[in-house]
Amino acid sequence: MFLSMNWISDFVDFDGIDKLDLIHRFSLSTAEVENEIFFKGRDISGIVVAEIMEVADHPESKKLHLLKVDAGDGQLTDVVCGAPNVRVGMKTAFAKIGAKIGEIEITPRALAGYTSYGMCCSEKEVGISDDNSGIMDLPYELVNGTDIKDVYEIDDIVFEVDNKSLTNRPDLWGHYGIAREFAALCGRPLKPLDMVDLSKYNSLPQLDMKIEDKLCQRYSCLQVENITKNVSPVNMRIRLYYCGMRGINLLADLTNYLMLEMGQPMHAFDSRKVEKLRIKRFEEPFTFTTLDGVERDIDENTLMICNGDTPVAIAGIMGGLDSEIVEDTTKLTLESATFNAVSIRKSTVRLAHRTDASQRYEKCLDPELTVPAIARFVKLLQDIDGGVQVTSSLTDEYAEKYDDVTLSFDKKFVDRYTGIEISNETIVNTLESLGFGVELANDEFTVKVPSWRATKDVTIKADIIEEITRIYGYDNFDIHTTATPVYPIRPDVEKTIEDKIKDILVKRFSLHESHSYVWMYNDECKALGIEVEDNIKLIGATNPNIETIRKSIVPTQLCQVRTNTNFAPDFGIFEVGRVVEGLKEDGMCNERKKLAVTLFSKTKTMEALYFELRDIIATIVGDIKHCDLAYEAKEVAHSYQHPKNLNKIILKGTEIGEIGMIHPVVMKKVDKKGIIVYAELDVKSFSDIEADAIKYEEPSKFPGIDIDISFVSEKFAPIGEVIKAAECPLIKGMEVVDTYRDENGKSITVRIYFAHPEKTLTKDEVMDVVNGIIDDLAGKGIEMKK
Amino acid sequence: MNSKIAELKIQFDAEAAKASNTAELEALRVAYLGKKGSITELMKEMKDLSPEEKKSFGQEVNQLKGYATEKLTACAEELKKQEIQKEIDSVPEFDISMPPSMNEGSYHPVTLVQRECERIFKTMGFAVEDYSEIVTDYECFEALNIPKHHPARDMQDTYYLDNGQLLKSHTSAAQNAIYKKYKDALINDGVPIKAIFPGRCFRNEATDACHENTFFQMEGVMVDKDISISNLIYFMKTMLSEVFKKDLKVRLRPGFFPFVEPGFELDISCLICGGEGCPSCKHSGWLELCPCGMIHPEVLKAGGIDPEEYTGFAFGLGLTRLVMMKYGIKDIRDLNSGSLKTLTQFIDE
Repeated sequence: MFLSMNWISDFVDFDGIDKLDLIHRFSLSTAEVENEIFFKGRDISGIVVAEIMEVADHPESKKLHLLKVDAGDGQLTDVVCGAPNVRVGMKTAFAKIGAKIGEIEITPRALAGYTSYGMCCSEKEVGISDDNSGIMDLPYELVNGTDIKDVYEIDDIVFEVDNKSLTNRPDLWGHYGIAREFAALCGRPLKPLDMVDLSKYNSLPQLDMKIEDKLCQRYSCLQVENITKNVSPVNMRIRLYYCGMRGINLLADLTNYLMLEMGQPMHAFDSRKVEKLRIKRFEEPFTFTTLDGVERDIDENTLMICNGDTPVAIAGIMGGLDSEIVEDTTKLTLESATFNAVSIRKSTVRLAHRTDASQRYEKCLDPELTVPAIARFVKLLQDIDGGVQVTSSLTDEYAEKYDDVTLSFDKKFVDRYTGIEISNETIVNTLESLGFGVELANDEFTVKVPSWRATKDVTIKADIIEEITRIYGYDNFDIHTTATPVYPIRPDVEKTIEDKIKDILVKRFSLHESHSYVWMYNDECKALGIEVEDNIKLIGATNPNIETIRKSIVPTQLCQVRTNTNFAPDFGIFEVGRVVEGLKEDGMCNERKKLAVTLFSKTKTMEALYFELRDIIATIVGDIKHCDLAYEAKEVAHSYQHPKNLNKIILKGTEIGEIGMIHPVVMKKVDKKGIIVYAELDVKSFSDIEADAIKYEEPSKFPGIDIDISFVSEKFAPIGEVIKAAECPLIKGMEVVDTYRDENGKSITVRIYFAHPEKTLTKDEVMDVVNGIIDDLAGKGIEMKK
Repeated sequence: MNSKIAELKIQFDAEAAKASNTAELEALRVAYLGKKGSITELMKEMKDLSPEEKKSFGQEVNQLKGYATEKLTACAEELKKQEIQKEIDSVPEFDISMPPSMNEGSYHPVTLVQRECERIFKTMGFAVEDYSEIVTDYECFEALNIPKHHPARDMQDTYYLDNGQLLKSHTSAAQNAIYKKYKDALINDGVPIKAIFPGRCFRNEATDACHENTFFQMEGVMVDKDISISNLIYFMKTMLSEVFKKDLKVRLRPGFFPFVEPGFELDISCLICGGEGCPSCKHSGWLELCPCGMIHPEVLKAGGIDPEEYTGFAFGLGLTRLVMMKYGIKDIRDLNSGSLKTLTQFIDE
């Protein structure tokens, strides 16, 4: 919203005060002012009132005229002018030699063979409207040579307030409310608005008006006749223009002016069309043409202003085309009303039509404003057009009064909330300057909230704190730390583990952390041959490609792998993120935090890559839980899973995740030459399992024995398990030292390390155990290599 | 000198000069000083000499023996030196300017900035909380004093799910749960609530370089008996100065958020110009950084805390925005792109 400092100055005397500084303070204390301040008229100088004394046609041009003008300097000046409205005796705005209009400085200029010593100006050229149809036609009584800026309010400081910062302030949608803030900020009184006393029309007849719907809180109206003028005063039009509105005609301009001044939207109907005013909704939908000529669909929720049963306006949004003021209108009915804010907002959204009026109604306007707005309107109208007659008494139905808000608190409350000392006197002065009624007795305050703040903005004590502190100025606050006692902070276990996992994966295995979306992209999944499985869905996503929430990170991670296959021949990415595994019994989403790791390679064997990932997972578990993992074959359940080597990851008997390879169909679509293995862990299941303590064992002082056994086998399992199952206390470790393939098949060499705490072991002492393991494995079909 | 001894010396010198490695030296030692070596053999000739001759001959042989032993030791040392030198010479000079081949893992930039913030808040006694991405309408709105039909609900363009839950549109959605989690310790034991909760948030809107439907925020709250606006400004100034590693100026402006009262927009002095005014702060000298305020009494009430007895402040930091500011990332969508060209650059904390 644009605001004019001249307009605000109507209500507060700023004599001796730096207005720019005040605007800055307003931004810090009330609402955000946009950075750019507009200094209207600053780039205009040297334009004076001048009279056209002679007009001659240009011999060679139909458009141009040759003028002699009197600019009050005792001589006639030759001017070439292209405006169509020139005439002898006309007074206009004249830019003399040396005058400035924006970047242009007026100099003698040759035009079609004649020299022009100055320029007659249109309103657009002077910067006070968009009207460039002709030069300004000024009143005859103006004295030639008078600076145009002394005639009209061209010089002004205009600033813009961010509308978003006014959402909770219905009182700031007009200059008068803004002026109240300025007055409070600089400690000057706010002048009352000049209005007519409407009670003098009480003897006139009432209008036929009735509120038939609770969505209308208040409806005030008045009938006015005998309007003879059609054009608004220039200064009024300048203010409207500076505030972003176009001048239309006197009545339209006046309603706009009132809205910009008091924040109260008003509407003028042709009285013939609203003889029987009714405010109501219709049960059946219909179409209605608004005064902008657009046909709009009205439904059963939209409040309408009607003439009997004929709708004439959409309440609070826009008037109808048929009830507009027209040429032969002699009587008009002024509307000044308050409607339910939520209803207006919803209708606005439904109609996709936001107007200056509806924008204000959405904010919960002060219902006490309707009558003063009419009184002010009549005053302004009578000042402009002295013959105007009021022909009805004020007709006012106040269906729903706002709730009176009175708040009580003591000085201690203020001290505690602010943390600084603000004197009782400052509190009282501040609140009173903002229109609050304040009573103070023994440090106890009783505050009556003014109607313009009571509709929704100020309802609790904390709101009063805001009023006091914002005017006091946050920059003036003495700041200090708290005096709270210190207690230990217990870290969130799951979060700590998440951090450790990330460190292991990044620092130890050089993987890259990535984030993917919590939903599946239908197109991307389709491109990879990944089925988007049924799961909880989004309603009405802006992007039609997203709907289903992911059950696993793996598919979204595969989509990201695909975009990176040219980045490097080998890489690994991981994500700690959320998935939804269907609904819980109570109907809530079963949201799980997962770790997904994906390794991609164009250079390694499937087996090497698989074991690389197996070792990564084993390291995470070993590092964080100090335990070993077990694995168990798992059935394929998702389109991206390879049927082979899909294993459950089991920690202390609990399944915490899975490890597997990518199905060839999906794999080929990700990359023809690459291979991918993945693992996914449930972070909560994992962190819930208690870590083993570090089991310290005195290292044996005696040398141990390494025994290497080579097997011929196509698979690793269950060699590791059989060795573990031997449960021999002398076994201190084992590792795979070699795997290779020859004509006999695949060979695996396992090294088992034995040690005794109290003596040097001999080979004979461990061979019983070794032979037992060999026999067990032979029983499972894994033969020792001959 | 006995001519034989003299000859032998000359012969020894000549051979010693030729020895070029340890093995040859050892052979030389055996040939002259070994049991059957030439010098040892000379001694055997003593028996045929007269006592006077014996004396001088013996002395001369012994001198030669000493001479040969010393010479051999010297030669051995010299050879060793040469061999070490050879070993040294055999190592080539490396070109240390060769481009390094590194294989470093990387953190998501949000993780880096989030951890940095968490570290700062932990040092100031704040607990770090984790919260779900899917929440209820109550948590996201009702409990935050945002009733149905409140414009804030439209403004946030929430992603609703078909079971009635929603993807949280702001981290404030965790406030209610945090209050409930800690209120007993606050009320019974006087332990102030100090917590931050970073998390992923979602808004149903079209994406472009400046808008993402998925982004990170970090909320913080502090509740105790006498928490004041003065405390709020102090904490915000101190914490943000830590985050940006410079002594910042902060300023508050009134800002409207239903879950705080009074509510503020917090600006920090421009990081580029320090407040002088420059293009990056649109010549205002300030950057709008985070909304904050005193927790609304209704919000405390919903969390089971009596607003007459306790007060508190809350703030919301745009983590994703901080990430973009810190690393100069221009397109917000890069953060969720999974592009390793982007992600691999964030290698350390």
